[in-house]
Amino acid sequence: MAITDIKAFAHLSAADIESLGHELDTIRRDVESSLGAKDAKYIRRTIAAQRIIEAAGRATLFASKKRWAWLTGTALLSVAKIIENMELGHNISHGQWDWMNDPEIHSTTWEWDMTGTSGQWKAAHNYSHHMYTNILDMDDDLGFGILRMTRDEEWKPINLVQPVANLFLAALFEWGIALHDLSAQKEQMGIPPTSFFPPRHVVNEPNKAFWRKAGKQAAKDFVIYPALTGPAWKSTLKANATANLIRNLWAYAVIFCGHFPDGAEKFTEEQFENETQGEWYLRQMLGSANFKAGPAMGFMSGNLSYQIEHHLFPDLPSNRYPEVSVKVRELCDKYDLPYTTGSLGKQYLLAFRTIHKLALPDQWLKRTSDDAPETSSERKFAGISLPSMPTWNGSEWLAEHSASDWLAEHQPHWGLDPETGERRGLRSAMQEAKVALKEKAAHEKQVLREAKATLQEKARTETALLTEKAQRGGWLSRKLRRNG
Amino acid sequence: MASKSGGFSVRGLREWLEAPVAEGGTAGRTPLDTLRGAAARITTPLLPDDYAHLINPLWSARELRGRIVEVRKETADAATLVIKPGWGFDFKFQPGQYIGIGVLVDGRWHWRSYSLTCPPDWSGDPQHKGKRLISIAVKAMPEGFLSSHIVSGVPAGTIVRLAAPQGGFVLPDPAPDKVLFVTAGSGITPVMAMLRTLDRRDTVPDVLHIHSARTPDDIMFGEELRELHERRPGFTAHLHLTGEQGKFALADLDEVCPDWRAREVWACGPLPMLDEIEKHWAAAGLADKLHVERFEIERNATAEGGTVTFAKAGRSAEVDGATTLLQAGEGAGVRMPFGCRMGICQTCVVTLTEGHTRDLRNGKEHRAGDKIQTCISVAAGDCTVEV
Repeated sequence: MAITDIKAFAHLSAADIESLGHELDTIRRDVESSLGAKDAKYIRRTIAAQRIIEAAGRATLFASKKRWAWLTGTALLSVAKIIENMELGHNISHGQWDWMNDPEIHSTTWEWDMTGTSGQWKAAHNYSHHMYTNILDMDDDLGFGILRMTRDEEWKPINLVQPVANLFLAALFEWGIALHDLSAQKEQMGIPPTSFFPPRHVVNEPNKAFWRKAGKQAAKDFVIYPALTGPAWKSTLKANATANLIRNLWAYAVIFCGHFPDGAEKFTEEQFENETQGEWYLRQMLGSANFKAGPAMGFMSGNLSYQIEHHLFPDLPSNRYPEVSVKVRELCDKYDLPYTTGSLGKQYLLAFRTIHKLALPDQWLKRTSDDAPETSSERKFAGISLPSMPTWNGSEWLAEHSASDWLAEHQPHWGLDPETGERRGLRSAMQEAKVALKEKAAHEKQVLREAKATLQEKARTETALLTEKAQRGGWLSRKLRRNG
Repeated sequence: MASKSGGFSVRGLREWLEAPVAEGGTAGRTPLDTLRGAAARITTPLLPDDYAHLINPLWSARELRGRIVEVRKETADAATLVIKPGWGFDFKFQPGQYIGIGVLVDGRWHWRSYSLTCPPDWSGDPQHKGKRLISIAVKAMPEGFLSSHIVSGVPAGTIVRLAAPQGGFVLPDPAPDKVLFVTAGSGITPVMAMLRTLDRRDTVPDVLHIHSARTPDDIMFGEELRELHERRPGFTAHLHLTGEQGKFALADLDEVCPDWRAREVWACGPLPMLDEIEKHWAAAGLADKLHVERFEIERNATAEGGTVTFAKAGRSAEVDGATTLLQAGEGAGVRMPFGCRMGICQTCVVTLTEGHTRDLRNGKEHRAGDKIQTCISVAAGDCTVEV
């Protein structure tokens, strides 16, 4: 079972988590109070640059019958769509730039260049996903309803097609998001999720908004712009479709690197029930993952390479995430918490591995949802004995006690290390657990090897015995035959 | 949205073409709407304005913009701003009305309202070479962050945001035969628009203007008042210097303006003065002859709670200083934009159109023109939100 008690999992006391929360609040306030003309200039210039690149791309495609023009135009259009989607649409709709009080750059008025409406996306993403981040059955972004991304979800035969479903999701990401947001909004409004080609009597507002927006988008990229380029309509159509595909693949990759690499934890509703603000912060921190990016890649990902920072402060301007990340890392060091990051390739491969692994039924998988690479829980630490903990039988004990009892019992073994004076928390525990698990595995291997050797020895003895018997038997039967 | 199946009509086509801008536009209709609508179909989800205003900020019809073309010092702490409005500005305002103006300070737009000081048909002025301009006058208030900023250094060329002229403190056309203006300090600004309008129309009736200022140097438009006084036989300016004579006493009214009971009155100035005037006229049974303008800057924003009006829903609710506007709206049966109440989702943001609210998280005050999150905002006095 995913994390039910974040305190026990993080090896932190309630007081520790509260003070961590206060320190994160301070980071937020520092950024908020220092927002000014420089930040405003950043977003204005980004908008201007995006518009110019898009206009240049569309203009170049008038000559798209020529190969160089097609390539240039498609590249420009792809870049424009990616910036519009990530750094502008996503972040502005989060309210990151609302502080400027500018109606033209505001979460209430911004409409993005995607199939889904900004309004439906805001309800599904800003609300459901950011509030219930990685909580099983509450955060619909966990696998977007079509992928099984954690062992906590029961395996169904349909999961076998996961590798193919994943490819479809990646290629048609904007449509996936749009439909996902549409159904989330219907659910919030209590509208039954009937087909999205509804008969007349079930035409409802969300459906209408969806088709209006999707229609406009499709008309623009696949009818109006190709038609405008006249004889080059075919190559323009291809260019527009390619640019959408490239944008979809990139957005998909960035988003999958944010929550699905190993180390991005999942949580249960029990954890959410009585969550404090500090625990909310902690859940966002442990539920997200970053990827390493320089300024250019950070920009192209809408600074979602800083997914941890984005989840802690979804409405702080994205251009501030790099500096915030330095402070968040310091906090992670101070509280001995993991800060999940890696190269884009590594993070994606980890997510990719999970997608393919979890297509298989559980009995083919080794770990459980308590200690799998993509999902772990506080019980992960209960089944193993660490040098700093007394030996005990975790699973039996946990059957009778709650995780917080366990925490209370073992608290003295964490906290500050008496030798180094440093805090010992989740990160150390994870490392120790890794070592302990390795030792356990080595030990088990050793036992197995010994057992195997014993068995082999036994088998050898038995074989020898049998051979002997057989020889004797052969002699006997020969003798009997002769006598008979 | 597309033309209905019931037959083809020019009007239907026009409406279809204009639909995209009708959805996003707030600045009112312009003759270019059809063209803009057609263009919006290829620039979706953006409007053509999103591109146009990159070239020239005034070419945005999504929201009114203006360019400051001149900043003229009036007194040591007051200045006149002459502004060239962009697309979609309605020049058919009435003298005495005010406009909303947004000024960018340190990355953030700040909204205030200031009275227009120009007559509506000002463009014919040879001084402006036929350009259609408007003007406002701003007096720096000691506690006024934005007014000080404007008076002490907004350069010509600055782009500002504008909201359409509004307000009921207006001079009818034709003006009444006998008029009395009572103003003090920057309260003269709306009256200045009225005087200039009368002057331009060559229809100055019997007008007496009592204006109070601390010293002669503090009188805004002093020179112009004097000149008008000399040139127009119907106009009498009575200047009262509070630095020497103290506050203008309404008891002296009989002496300065013996026929005040027969006059239609427009009064604008500090709150205590207006309160006194209201009492005085009410006591004389002449309340219907009195028109009063209270400047927003002086409205008391330290209040806790008040009456919240939900403009589109046409409902209102009395709330205390601890009830969020989201709760208040839901309590009053208004369909509020969905909110998560955690201060992170931004789905409950609405525009505050009148009054003040306070942000529960940091105590920050918001005023008309600001966008506020209803889930973390409480009323600070009476206010109106656009829901």
